[in-house]
Amino acid sequence: MQKQAIFQSKLLPYALVAPQLAIVLIFFYWPALQAVIQSFLLQDAFGLSTSFVWFDNYLELFSERAYFEAILRTFFFSFAIAVSSLSFALLLAVMADKPLRGSMLYRTLLIWPYAVAPPVVGVLWIFMLHPSLGVLSRYLRALGIDWNPLLDGDQAAALIILAAAWKQISYNFLFFLAGLQSIPRSVLEAAAIDGARPMRRFWTVTFPLLSPTIFFLLVVNIVYAFFDTFGIIDTMTRGGPGKSTETLVYKVYSDGLLGGNLGSSAAQSVILMIMVIVLTGIQFRFVERKVTY
Amino acid sequence: MVEEEGFRRYVAHIILWIGIAIVAFPVYIAIVASTQDNALIANGQMSLLPGGHFFQTYYQTIFVGTSGSTREPVGNMMLNSLITALLIAVGKIAISIISAYAIVYFRFPFRMPIFWLIFITLMLPVEVRIYPTYKIVADLHMLDSYAGLSLPLIASATATLLFRQFFMTVPDELLEASRIDGAGPLRFFWDTLVPLSRTNMAALFVILFILGWNQYLWPLLITTRDDMQTIQIGIRKMITTTDALTEWPIVMATAVLAMLPPVFVVVAMQKLFVRGLVETEK
Repeated sequence: MQKQAIFQSKLLPYALVAPQLAIVLIFFYWPALQAVIQSFLLQDAFGLSTSFVWFDNYLELFSERAYFEAILRTFFFSFAIAVSSLSFALLLAVMADKPLRGSMLYRTLLIWPYAVAPPVVGVLWIFMLHPSLGVLSRYLRALGIDWNPLLDGDQAAALIILAAAWKQISYNFLFFLAGLQSIPRSVLEAAAIDGARPMRRFWTVTFPLLSPTIFFLLVVNIVYAFFDTFGIIDTMTRGGPGKSTETLVYKVYSDGLLGGNLGSSAAQSVILMIMVIVLTGIQFRFVERKVTY
Repeated sequence: MVEEEGFRRYVAHIILWIGIAIVAFPVYIAIVASTQDNALIANGQMSLLPGGHFFQTYYQTIFVGTSGSTREPVGNMMLNSLITALLIAVGKIAISIISAYAIVYFRFPFRMPIFWLIFITLMLPVEVRIYPTYKIVADLHMLDSYAGLSLPLIASATATLLFRQFFMTVPDELLEASRIDGAGPLRFFWDTLVPLSRTNMAALFVILFILGWNQYLWPLLITTRDDMQTIQIGIRKMITTTDALTEWPIVMATAVLAMLPPVFVVVAMQKLFVRGLVETEK
């Protein structure tokens, strides 16, 4: 990564990196450090004294049933959102990859939801499936379903997953389409000459060749489900009913909002940081593999 | 050889149109709802066809706001969102391009440690450090300000990495040539590198603008004054009151207005958008 032709200057390079360095240090490293330090401290109820308590905040967190459930719930949401959104997007991408008339139009009509903000997604879906005034709720009730996501936790979770998956379709579609278009036609033609029917061609040739894209998207979708669902959850259910739609990020937010235990909220932040670092680590390993592909 | 028979092609068209319908349906409902009477919607009697309140609703939304929950004109919220999104996009591009330039075209002590300091920020979104960041912004007296809304979101490495990668592909001969012409480092940057980076900057701008416009958790925490709300925050506040009082046509009009700018950017600048999306994920 070394460039041969370079400039000689003593001060200029520092002046050039200074703005970014300053912002990164003030708004990134300092708060992150604060979170780590805070997570080892315990403040008394009046905020008058603090003491160093080693891993007590973490231990307490893990003994909390609600926290454990939030972890499981977050992973379940991530998995459900990723699988449903990826499979639907893959189906659409495979169709759009065919030499069809108007394929550019299809692409345009499928990618725009990327630009819809999570809170707006939440508002759109709660409006459609609102228990008393939702347009779709009428039909659900006509089918004999007692539909009330504002009272029923499982239905609320289903609604969050549905809305979050909907938003992610366009992103996944775009990357699947790019992945499909990079598969050499000659490989598919060879399979066709060997007599493989389209379905067989897809599962034995296209799908394996697409696996790097699938893996990449899986990681991205999980990270998305961890963080970007906050806006969806906040406008639809506020983590409720009960705590049935409270994810880890939502819990950090709502616990901190109540202003209660600073140490616990910091410990939650640190655990989240570790999870994201692991996820991005996996993603980076994969990116390296893609280069050699 | 891999020709599609007519029947299969037909099926593909149908599946794609079903997909488009599923993707578009929630937005269609929002548009329709924003043109109808609130009483009708509140009774669960909403029609699936547009009503006659289009101008009235949008006028009230943009210039007046809801009569109950927020009372803040959505036009003002949109202005806040626009300023924030522009600050984030322009700010991030500006500080990233110069730091990438320093890292690629200069040798100086602590070059690699600095690069790593910036690089690591790639890993942690603002969500995992919200309260400590909030405290710093509060200590700096930046609550309810555009600086507070945008600066913490500028602290990330994606753009720096992108420019670094691009600069590495710029042939060394260009630098040699401009040096022979007597150009110093700043001249070379302005006259050669910046023009060459134009497409990258535009692609990045599209993505960052959308991300900035759609920010939610951060503005939710640091804006307390109604006149500093972004549109995403405003829309949430509109549905906080008990359901019976929610003015749904206005909420839906706000949703439509909140979608309009970023969706327009995606559709109108599709090539740049796709490029930016793929590049920033590398």
